[in-house]
Amino acid sequence: MSAVLALLAAVATPAPYAYVQLRDPAQEAQARALMAELRCLVCQGQSIADSDADMAGDMRSLVRERIAAGEEPAAVREWLIGRYGDYVTYDPPLSAATAPLWIAPILLLGLGAWIARASLKRRRG
Amino acid sequence: MAEAGLAALWLAAALALAQLALAGLGLRRPELLGSVRPVAVTQGALVAFAMAMLMGVFWTSDMSVRLVATNSHSAKPLLYKVTGAWGNHEGSMLLWVTILGLAGAAVAWFERRLDERTLVATLGAQGLIALGFYAFLLFSSNPFARLNPAAPEGLGLNPVLQDPGLAFHPPTLYAGYVGLSVAFSFAVGALVTRDVGPSFARAMRPWVLAAWVLLTIGITAGSYWAYYELGWGGYWFWDPVENASLMPWLAATALLHSVTVLATRDGLRAWTVMLAVVAFSMSMLGTFLVRSGILTSVHAFAVDPERGAFILALLGLYIGGALALFAARIGAVRSGAPFDLVSREAGLVANNLLLSVILGIVLIGTLYPLAAAAFGAQLSVGPPFFNKTAGVIALVLVALIGAGPLIRWRRDDGQAVLGRMTWPIAATLFTAAGLFAFNGPMSPLPFLGLSLAVGLAVASIVPLLGRNLRRTPLFTWGMVLAHLGVAVSLAGMASDAAFTDERLVAARVGERTNVGPYAVTLLGIAPRIGENWTALEGRLTAERDGEATPLHPQSRFFSDPATTTSESAILTTADGQLYAVLGQPDGQGQWQLRLWWKPYVTFIWLGGALIALGGALSLLGRLGRERRTRMREVWA
Repeated sequence: MSAVLALLAAVATPAPYAYVQLRDPAQEAQARALMAELRCLVCQGQSIADSDADMAGDMRSLVRERIAAGEEPAAVREWLIGRYGDYVTYDPPLSAATAPLWIAPILLLGLGAWIARASLKRRRG
Repeated sequence: MAEAGLAALWLAAALALAQLALAGLGLRRPELLGSVRPVAVTQGALVAFAMAMLMGVFWTSDMSVRLVATNSHSAKPLLYKVTGAWGNHEGSMLLWVTILGLAGAAVAWFERRLDERTLVATLGAQGLIALGFYAFLLFSSNPFARLNPAAPEGLGLNPVLQDPGLAFHPPTLYAGYVGLSVAFSFAVGALVTRDVGPSFARAMRPWVLAAWVLLTIGITAGSYWAYYELGWGGYWFWDPVENASLMPWLAATALLHSVTVLATRDGLRAWTVMLAVVAFSMSMLGTFLVRSGILTSVHAFAVDPERGAFILALLGLYIGGALALFAARIGAVRSGAPFDLVSREAGLVANNLLLSVILGIVLIGTLYPLAAAAFGAQLSVGPPFFNKTAGVIALVLVALIGAGPLIRWRRDDGQAVLGRMTWPIAATLFTAAGLFAFNGPMSPLPFLGLSLAVGLAVASIVPLLGRNLRRTPLFTWGMVLAHLGVAVSLAGMASDAAFTDERLVAARVGERTNVGPYAVTLLGIAPRIGENWTALEGRLTAERDGEATPLHPQSRFFSDPATTTSESAILTTADGQLYAVLGQPDGQGQWQLRLWWKPYVTFIWLGGALIALGGALSLLGRLGRERRTRMREVWA
């Protein structure tokens, strides 16, 4: 709840960690990697790591605060997905809706290998 | 002026219809064959005239033309007034069809090698493509529509687009797309006359090469533009619009390699024809994805969504048909001479398949969110997906690029190939060991990327070893440079991913911040005034080894329309770039600064430039050799 309030209150002044890095370089690196994979919901196809929008700043601050509090990046991502839906993550979680997407590359590779094999056979035969 | 342009456009459309009809009849009645070339040339001249008229009304800021009133402003710099002619939906479609018309005219004027019937069929296909675009322009996107009464002032052009890059970015990409349309028309022409062979491949190859060079330049420049203009140091976002430009490039890269097999070995006939179809489909898909307004992006000018949906439905049918044709024909690949499992041909087949798989992944990843949205599921597909799938396959392809040119045509010995690969493999392992020992654990993709990049750099030089460099043909140099460019670009990407140093600070005047090898000090903030903007400029100084360099990042405010952009300041050195952005003040004397030290990031675009240069050399080499051959035939 406090996080939601923080989001609402943060419209006027940037949230504390919107443009401030975490002290601990390891935690900052974790936060940075996660932010690059989260979508800025009000922008035109940018991650929250690459956006000047206020909302992106608020989300960056939220990610950094949670990581600083010791949460795992995966847990932070889960929390954001619970709040904003799958749309917020650029790494679509495996589900019934995304299964075809994740299976497609494997199918394509298989198809490629099959075509290569078939064409080689014909050339030999 | 607007009416003259519209009249020229109607005439050009009529000639495109005539070109198609004459070509169709001409294949049965040879006396009509000779009339097709002049029609194609006239059509090109007319559509170029229409485009000139559109640039004219933008030049004079004729606010009685609707397009000018909604997209331009009399206070804009002249360069952006004129280039603003294609900074909008209608104008950019007219530019597309203009380049298409000029390319058709060039084919009609210059092409003398191909069988006359195949050439006429090719021009007929060009007429058909152009006709679709003319219909689209005239019936739903008329760029010359008048506004009555005239607007007192224009609404202005998106300031992000007011950049010298915009002047050349769309024409470059469109010329690339259109080059692929010529390749497509050659493929259709060859299918119509059943004349798929080396002579067809040799006629098509310069167009594919030229298109590929232009697409490479367009993508490289677009990537650098995003890097310095968006102000966050990113150069590639796997954004749908970027993917839309990458897909034709991937298809063109595959086509470029398979057309070489067809030209030199008379192999991969059906595959080459189908790749030409796919490459053009991808450039059509790219154009319409970007232009239909279905994607939100700086490229998608506000458009009626129904118009976009209608076009996309048509395109789905078109590409579906093309892919069905591809599936039907792939079984009938009639090869020339047979080749072994270990041979240059087999390597190029693997290259084509891997490129096609990457293309398929990018296509699915780009369209999947649109399809999911149609079923009510909101989701995003971005860098993590593409890196895990296409990125990994691309690394396999990089290893193959190193090996391919070291394998002989037709048949080779696996042991011997491995022997020629000794140095590249050693370089890869040495780099990997060095990174592991001195840098510690890294993410897998940058680690593999750097190691393979060094290996590929060595491998790309190997084909030159033991050759007389002065007698090495230009197109061999081209291949070497292009492959080296891939290595250089990959090294830049991996280095940027692994070694970037980021500092976000709220700085007071006089405060020092360390980033990479630099110490950056904020000296002050000063106001600046430009032609149609005002700005706050940060006065920074960056010190390294006792040497100070000034940096002036700006926060710019445009009034028509009201927008703020950040202009980053970039300091380029031999070993990387220092990238500085001025953010907002906090009201208490502190200014946000974003600073990045990016070692060897310039290699990304340097590599792109090398790839394009390699393609250009190859094109020159091929054209030169053909001219010499023709001379010899004339003298013999």
